Amino acid sequence: MVTCKDFLRELSDYLDESVDPAVRQELERHITQCPNCWVICDTTKKTIQVYKGMEPEPLSDEIHAKLIQLVEKHCSQKHEHEA
Amino acid sequence: MPSQESEPGPESVQPATEASLVERARQGDPTAFNELVNRYERKIYRMARNITQNDEDAEDILQDSFLKAFTHLDSFQGQSKFYTWLVRIAVNESLMRLRKRKSDRTVSLDENIETDEEPIVREIAVWDDNPELRYSQGELRGILDQAIAGLKPIFRTVFLLRDVEELSTEETAEALGLTVAAVKSRLLRARLQLREKLTRIFRRKGDQIFGYV
Repeated sequence: MVTCKDFLRELSDYLDESVDPAVRQELERHITQCPNCWVICDTTKKTIQVYKGMEPEPLSDEIHAKLIQLVEKHCSQKHEHEA
Repeated sequence: MPSQESEPGPESVQPATEASLVERARQGDPTAFNELVNRYERKIYRMARNITQNDEDAEDILQDSFLKAFTHLDSFQGQSKFYTWLVRIAVNESLMRLRKRKSDRTVSLDENIETDEEPIVREIAVWDDNPELRYSQGELRGILDQAIAGLKPIFRTVFLLRDVEELSTEETAEALGLTVAAVKSRLLRARLQLREKLTRIFRRKGDQIFGYV
């Protein structure tokens, strides 16, 4: 019999689909009977999704240009060193 | 004339694979270095900024990480992805800066977190359908960044690597010098804490927050 605490302990592995099929079945039975755990599971899943879906912000032109300049300098120094 | 969809284009128009870019960079091809920068700079900057919570540090980390990676390209074995290796360098740089700026014990990743302690959930409420659509990209980014900033660095870093950069549990453990069990335990806590913070913002209007597990 899975308790709410058992469910919480397994929640991450359950969402990552890395629990054994037998355990998975037990956990799924629990959430059909426990509205609190169902909500926790659903909102944790959505938390992960919302972060995964967030594209990184473009860098400012200045930061990008500085980085490219540094990398180019590094390449030319390496090239001279190896020549 | 055949359509582009039905005929595969010449190799030069296909995006280069990461492995071929790394190989060309090893030979000193400057366009390959630039392409690797263009591919990953935004993600590396975001991660560094999220870990350190500081724009200047994030910029320095971005530069140092790419330069370190390119300087030591010959020692890169190619067993893992270049990106994973770059992330590992950037995480180490970020944690080093964080430790330098704060003498806060919470910065230590080796801190013996009570892994046996039961996770606690205080606030439970159903979310709106697609609550993220209520906000502009900029507003949503602000909400998510603020929630992450509220986590301890040990939880924040694990969450960023696993759920934002999408490294595997094993890769995250390797990058942070933690055991797989420690990564899992911290990830669970990070996810639950973020869920709670976002619940306060995204819960269905009119619903009360209820419950305690």
